[in-house]
Formats: sequence, C-alpha cells, structure tokens
Amino acid sequence: MTSKVRAVFGMPKRLNRSFTVSLMLFALLAVFGSFMVLPLIYAVNNAFKPLDELFIFPPRFWVNNPTTENFADLINLMGNSWVPLSRYIANTLLITILGTAGHILLASAAAYPLAKYRFPGSKVLFTIVILSLMFSPHVTAIPNYMVMSWLGWINSHASIIVPSLAFSLGLFLMKQFMEQIPDALLEAAKIDGANEYRIFWSIVMPNVKPAWLTLMILQFPALWGTDGGSFIYSENLKTLHYALSQIVQGGIARAGVGAAVALLLMIVPITLFIISQSSVMQTMATSGMKE
Amino acid sequence: MHTRPAGRWSLLKRDLYLSRHYYVLMAPFMLIFFMFTVIPVGISLGLSFFHFNMLELPRFIGWQNYSRLFLGDDVFLIALKNTLLFAVITGPVSYIACFLFAWIINELSPKIRAVMTLVFYAPSISGNVFFIWLIIFSGDSYGYMNGFLMRLGVILEPIQWLADERYVLAIVIIVQLWLSLGTSFLAFIAGLQTIDRSLVEAGTVDGIKNRWQELWYITLPSMRPQLMFGAVMQITASFAVAEISIALAGFPSVNYAAHTVVTHLMDFGTIRFEMGYASAIATVLFALMLGTNVLTQKMLRKIGE
Repeated sequence: MTSKVRAVFGMPKRLNRSFTVSLMLFALLAVFGSFMVLPLIYAVNNAFKPLDELFIFPPRFWVNNPTTENFADLINLMGNSWVPLSRYIANTLLITILGTAGHILLASAAAYPLAKYRFPGSKVLFTIVILSLMFSPHVTAIPNYMVMSWLGWINSHASIIVPSLAFSLGLFLMKQFMEQIPDALLEAAKIDGANEYRIFWSIVMPNVKPAWLTLMILQFPALWGTDGGSFIYSENLKTLHYALSQIVQGGIARAGVGAAVALLLMIVPITLFIISQSSVMQTMATSGMKE
Repeated sequence: MHTRPAGRWSLLKRDLYLSRHYYVLMAPFMLIFFMFTVIPVGISLGLSFFHFNMLELPRFIGWQNYSRLFLGDDVFLIALKNTLLFAVITGPVSYIACFLFAWIINELSPKIRAVMTLVFYAPSISGNVFFIWLIIFSGDSYGYMNGFLMRLGVILEPIQWLADERYVLAIVIIVQLWLSLGTSFLAFIAGLQTIDRSLVEAGTVDGIKNRWQELWYITLPSMRPQLMFGAVMQITASFAVAEISIALAGFPSVNYAAHTVVTHLMDFGTIRFEMGYASAIATVLFALMLGTNVLTQKMLRKIGE
C-alpha cells in the first residue's frame, strides 16, 4: 500500500525513511509550495477578471467570468499614448537582445583563458571577479552615474547595455563550466593548427551551449525588467517596463489594465525558464567556488 | 654562443608574450568590468573621504563622513539595525530553505521535480509581481489579509499593515523570503543531482546509520562548491534589500521602520546629492558584505568534519 502511495507522489523507495516522514515532507513541500505559487496564480486570475469582479467584496481569488477585456484596454490605452507601444517594445527588445547576446559572448571569451590556462595576472583577475560577486550594484550606483555622464552616455541605451555585458556572475559560471571541457580536445585542435581564437569559437563555444542558456536565463529577466534606472530620461528611449509601471500608477480606474500588465511582465521570463530548465540545471551542477 | 641567465623580468616578458591571445580574449569583458564595476568601487571608496555635491569640486574632509554616519545620523543607525535584521533573518532562513526544498525536491520523480523547481524558482524571476503583496496587505477591508482576519473574527477593524511601524518590517521580510529562492536554489538542486550514488553506498558500508549522518558526512561535503556559491548570492541579496522595501513600505517608510542601508544610500545619493556621504554609506555596506562572506565561508569549510 505505502509503496503505491509513494509511486503516486513519485517518491522512490529510500532506506531509513518511514512512510510517515515521506508524507510529512510532502505536506511541508505542499504548504510552502502554495505560499510560493498562490500569489502568481492570483496574478494570472486577476488579469482575466472583469472590472466588477476586481472590486468585489469580500475579494475573490478565482475568476468567475474570465474576459480578455483588460488586454484589449491595454492595447487601446497604449495606442492613444504620445509614444506608441511598439516604440517601448522595440527599446526593450534592443536592450534585452544586445545585452544578453553580448554578455554571453564577452563572458565566454573571458572565461575560456581563465578556465583553461595559467598566465600572469589570471589569478588576480579571477579573485577580483569573485570579490565583485560579493557586493551589490548599489555600491557602484553613484560612481557609475559619474562615469556615464563623463562618457556622454546619459540618455542612451548604451548606458544600460554596455555595463550589463560584463556581469561577473556570468563569467564565473561560464568558467566553472568550461573547466570540464577535456584538455585533450583542445590539444588535438592545436595540433591540427587551430589558433586560440579558432579553438574558442569552433570548439569551446559549441561545447558550452547549456551554459549559454544559463547566462541567458539569468540576464534576460534583469534586462527585460529594467526601467532604465537613472540613466534614461527621454520618453522615446524608455523601456516597456517603465511604460507599464506608469499605467499601473493610474490607480483604481486602471486596475484591470494593471493586472494585464503584470501578467505580461511575468510570463516572458517564466516561459523562458520552462523552455531551458534542463540545460540550466546542467550548468548549475558545475557551479561553485573551487577551493 | 653564450646563454644569458633568464632574469625574472625577461621570464615575465616571455610569459606575457606567450599569453597575448588570452589577454585579447579577455580584453572586452575586463575593460567593461573594470570601467563599470572595479573603478566605480574604487571611486566610491575614495569619495567617502570627500565632501562632494556634484556642483562644487570635491573637498577632502578625512573621516568626517564616517563619524557623522555613526555618531550624528540616527536614521542611519535605524537603517543599519534593519539591514542587520534582514541579514540575520532572511539570509540564513532563505539559505536553509533553498537547501531544504532542493533536498526534498531532489527525491521526487523527474517530472514532479521539474514542476516543483519551477514553483519555487518562479517568484524570483517574475519581475515586479510582488505588487500582488500590496493587494494582500492592503490597508482597507478589500485587502486579503484584513478580509480574512475579519471574517475569522480575529480583528474588527482593518489594519493599516504597510503604514504601521509594528508590522511593516515583518511584511517586507516575508516578501523578501518569497522572492529569495533564486540562483542558489537552482545551484543546490543541480548539485544534489551530481552526487555520486556509489559514495552513499560506500558510506553505508563505513557505518553511516541514518539520513542525518548521510546528509552531514556525504551529501553536504559533496556539494560544498554549490554551498559556497549559494552563500555568496544569499548574503549579497539579504544585505541589498531596497526595492521591495520601497515598493511595499514607501520611501521613506513610516517612521523609517523599513529603512535599510541601501535606501539610506539612495536618499543621500539620488535625492540630496551628498555624494561623499552616500559613498561612505556604500563603503560601510561593502565592508559588511565582505566581512559576512569571509565569516560564512570559514563556517562552511567545517561541514562534514
């Protein structure tokens, strides 16, 4: 009997664990799992609620008469605004795609020598990268602004894209992953006459595809959700996230549209994670600090 | 022909020449990394000894910013207390939760494992959905928490959750915990999956009696790299609480009840433009994070001993 229940829950039979303990662990998982997921399900439900249901008292969790009105309103609202919606979407896509692709490329190029060779300065550089994992971006916010204004990048997308190319977590994970590529593979390529750039591009890069996805899943949500920070002021250059948060600030009258906006913002990174989940896990297995 | 003894410098020069391709490969990343991370940290450390308001030239004032920070700024002390509270509560709790849930999930079948991973990881990548918590803790009777408690008869009047200094910090902590199962959680799940099963079998032969011993002597030491990585990520996140506090409690929060070092930094950096002073705050934050990291890594080395 108990083995049947275990099979239903997908728990393999383990030594030294009674059925009661298994059940308790499963209950624990269920309770905290609901704590994690209920707000998200609520957000999804809200997006499909007609206005009268959004303000019903006492508030209801599930939607009764689902409608896509909120999304239609959103499109209407954005269509009438001074800067068209497509402009915000294009800005966000530009930042997200360039920022993510560039980061994967630059972080990989920098990770390859650090993972595979020792040369003057390699240890110091890697230590600095590790140290930089340990402080929050807020520490550098003020000087960053000064550097940006000195470069004349205030009010340009470069101020968001360029710094995101050199994100130390990406370099770190990529290096850990590249250490697993067998040296024999690289040596064989060298004997065949390939130079370092060639080895990097046609041997190392194809071998670390799962790590690309990991860097993407870490970088994408951050850039997708960026509001331009304190660098972008011109309305033409603002991102989708900024535009949508302006709508949400419209208050009660915009509650339905706001709910639709929230769904739009969360659904993209989550979908991306679902698609790339197995590859991400593969990279994370090799992450960690070597002692 | 006589051979010249290779001096230290000429050896280094040869090494540098031989590694020239490596430097070229690293150059783009390192250039940007130094420009926007390393140099700014340096500038910030330096500026903390200056009076600088972005209009006049910086004026050197020595340790004055720091003495003002610790001796003359009551709000900073509140912020410091709140930040340490975050670090002490959300840091370890989310770290242990990351491990505990990863450990339980790891024993499920692959399909359920994938679903549960998504369930626990989704909040941390779902962008700004934490505004949902604003509805839950809304101050009128439309708020879910108020509605729920009033129906139960626990309270008669709605509570202004986010405008009452008795509750606001606790609520920010709860939401922070909700968001905190991120990168390190993934690293733990993946780390657990790579543990060599034969190691566990060998352990049983060597006299490991129960699952706790298995955990301490085999599982945890095998995933020490992931544990180290997770610690760094969790510590950094728990010291840097700001956005959640601002979104939920407002800026500044009622009577500074949810004020943190980072919101204090924003206050002086982006509102009052006292850059020197803000840099001193940033430096203190950096020192706190670094110190905690070193301490935690030392503790983690003791696992399995």
